[in-house]
Amino acid sequence: MRIHITLDGQSVITREGDMLVDVAASNGVYIPTLCYVRGKPCLGTCRTCSVRVNGNIMAACTIPVSDGMEVEVNEPEVTDMRKALVELLFSEGNHNCPSCEKSGRCELQAVGYEVGMMVSRFPYKFTPRTRDYASNALWLERDRCIFCQRCVEMIRDKETGQKIFSIESRGTQATIEIDVELANRMPPEQVREAAELCPVGCIIEKSLGFNDPIGKRKFEIKSIRERALERVDK
Amino acid sequence: MNQKTRQILEHYHSDKTRLMDMLWDLQREDGYISDAAVASLAEGLNLSALDVRETLSFYHFFHDRPFGKHKIYLANSVIAKMNGYDDVRNALEQETGCTFGGVDASGTFGLGDANCIGLSDQEPAMMVDEVVFTNLTAAKIRDVVTQLKQGKTAVEIANPQGVSSKDVAYVDAMVASNIRNQGAVMFKADRDYRAILKACLDTHPQEVIETMTNASLRGRGGAGFPTGLKWQLGRNAEGDEKYIICNADEGEPGTFKDRVLLTRSPKDVLLGMVMAAFAIGSRHGILYLRAEYCYLRDYLQQQIDAFRHEGLLGEQILGAAFDFDIRIQMGAGAYVCGDETALIESCEGKRGTPRVKPPYPIQQGYLGMPTSVNNVETLAIASRIIEKGSDWFSAMGTDESTGTRLLSVAGDCDRPGIYEIEWGTTLNEVMQMIGANDPNAVQISGPAGDCLSVEKDGDREFCYSDLSCNGSLMVFDKSRDILHVVRDFMQFFVEESCGICVPCRAGGVDLLHKMELVIAGRASQQDIDEVTSWSKLLKATSRCGLGTASPNPILATLDKFPEIYAQKLVVQKGALLPSFDMDAAMAGYDLAQKSLVEEA
Repeated sequence: MRIHITLDGQSVITREGDMLVDVAASNGVYIPTLCYVRGKPCLGTCRTCSVRVNGNIMAACTIPVSDGMEVEVNEPEVTDMRKALVELLFSEGNHNCPSCEKSGRCELQAVGYEVGMMVSRFPYKFTPRTRDYASNALWLERDRCIFCQRCVEMIRDKETGQKIFSIESRGTQATIEIDVELANRMPPEQVREAAELCPVGCIIEKSLGFNDPIGKRKFEIKSIRERALERVDK
Repeated sequence: MNQKTRQILEHYHSDKTRLMDMLWDLQREDGYISDAAVASLAEGLNLSALDVRETLSFYHFFHDRPFGKHKIYLANSVIAKMNGYDDVRNALEQETGCTFGGVDASGTFGLGDANCIGLSDQEPAMMVDEVVFTNLTAAKIRDVVTQLKQGKTAVEIANPQGVSSKDVAYVDAMVASNIRNQGAVMFKADRDYRAILKACLDTHPQEVIETMTNASLRGRGGAGFPTGLKWQLGRNAEGDEKYIICNADEGEPGTFKDRVLLTRSPKDVLLGMVMAAFAIGSRHGILYLRAEYCYLRDYLQQQIDAFRHEGLLGEQILGAAFDFDIRIQMGAGAYVCGDETALIESCEGKRGTPRVKPPYPIQQGYLGMPTSVNNVETLAIASRIIEKGSDWFSAMGTDESTGTRLLSVAGDCDRPGIYEIEWGTTLNEVMQMIGANDPNAVQISGPAGDCLSVEKDGDREFCYSDLSCNGSLMVFDKSRDILHVVRDFMQFFVEESCGICVPCRAGGVDLLHKMELVIAGRASQQDIDEVTSWSKLLKATSRCGLGTASPNPILATLDKFPEIYAQKLVVQKGALLPSFDMDAAMAGYDLAQKSLVEEA
């Protein structure tokens, strides 16, 4: 059903039930995301896509649009909230972009630039986190995990459908875990898929390091904003 | 795979949605859930071992390592701390020979903390294995631990008469109900459940819903959603199956009304579930009982069996073309499971992570089917409304808040316990009723709720448009240190955060640290400004009610008792923030220097 919503004051015709974050992108309005993957079930964990819907703050990846919806994206208060959430992610983990294999291809880093983050307003927690090298083709650099749960929900063992990645414990104690036996059965393309799906440099392919040596690295020419808006199915 | 694991898998038909029950059975058998047991379960359920651990590691009362033959959890609530908690805690460590969080050398005792265990009217209180001990003193601890050392079981000590755990006398032997004020709705003796249900089943389900709507009954769990509307949506929703879930995961610190309802009037609750099922067209009910109330389990199962025996549950109930039955689902220690979607996840054998909404449970809930989750008290009241009519009910209370509600009263007062009050009663009236001496602050609806100043708020009314209390009411007199209470509440939210979303998981820690700065006298106005701003972020962007409510303890007390914060604030002198601790910062330098030297 064709419906009409208001997006930052602009009237937009769209289809009922489409996800707000997609509708916004289709209409040239970028909303940053870190856990959301277009076409996959929404996870709603990073909250970075928070916008104001009919006066309430909501995560745009969790909201199907309905007729008459009034949406504010680039309004100062909610824009600052999105920035604060990204800062919170940086303060919670241990993120050192210059030494990270994912630098230049990292979604958290790119979104950090998009929201204009300079330094986190929250105290850096420097939580000690251990690495996990146990599986053959992947390792987990947990300092960088943002608990988006993409890997937990979207990467499964091809044969049994079982979870390869999982979350252990809860709250501040939570850690990302990898089932070594299942991970060692992952075909190379699934290993690559997992590493690329990770929005940060937590799931890293072994024996790869940098795609190109330092000094020859070609970073993304287009910003995450441009890429998000490009992905729109016309 | 050992015999026991195989039996457990067979018993639950290798249904992974029953993982919680399987983990409980394993822990009961072995005392803890070993890696080998996890591997066997995983194999039998076609899950990865880590997937089983996702559930196992989420819940407070599941142990993956031996945690003593006797597992002791002492409630560390703010109310306990007002009633001799420290002495009891020390006595426990002394008598058992182990420290909290650990096991003694002989493996006899495991000592753990627990957040509020629903006994605030008789704290300090502790859980030992599957029973509880209340009104603890150091002497009582010595007695209990000595008997345990002599080889008695916790049940034998708590229930020396050897009453069957199916009997209410078993519950009464260890926990007092403390009903102080009875009103028109709850705890009525000698109800003819058969006749009441027969009359209900003789009407049309739509009439049942209309009666609820006309009575203007609103959910007693806290959110106050109109019960009639919820049932109507459930009736209208399409699904091969529909489910009724009774939310007995009464986890809000300070509340214990559901414990007393389930002890004194369990059949009121069961009857409410049957009526709800009839109204929406459900065949299956689940009573989700928090692990802290495990001593009620056999008794409740007996009540369910009795109902079935009388033909009020089962197939063709009272001759009508209506089948419905109820099973008990035990929780395992997670406050967040009070959220209805987290509770549903837990019922499905998963981590108690709140779901993304929409869809709401009434559209897609348990196993993806329409599910009505109702509070214990709501269901008990519903059964009374069907019996007595909507006019009878709505004549009580106020126009927009009809009927009565139960308050669980704890803290500084002469008569802690259960009070049934009509909506519209004022705070001052309640203070008088409970015998509060020199009350200063009153926390309503638990840490997630509001903090009231008796001086400023005394004339305010309990009703949905003003003090919409979920049943928890804790009184603090002028001798109590409010800042420490707030700190404990913030700690509670950090411990109970499921960790699925960043504002609650990480932001809660920052707010807790700010409270610690205030208490330490190292906070400035800038810290308070940041608290206000960050709280707004948590309230706006958290995924569920736990996160959105977590800043409330600070915000409410900043509003009502600004002077206690002002007294603690310091003014910044020079370039450094008062929160910057030069000595602590330099200590790190010394440490680093030392380890460098050692390495070299």
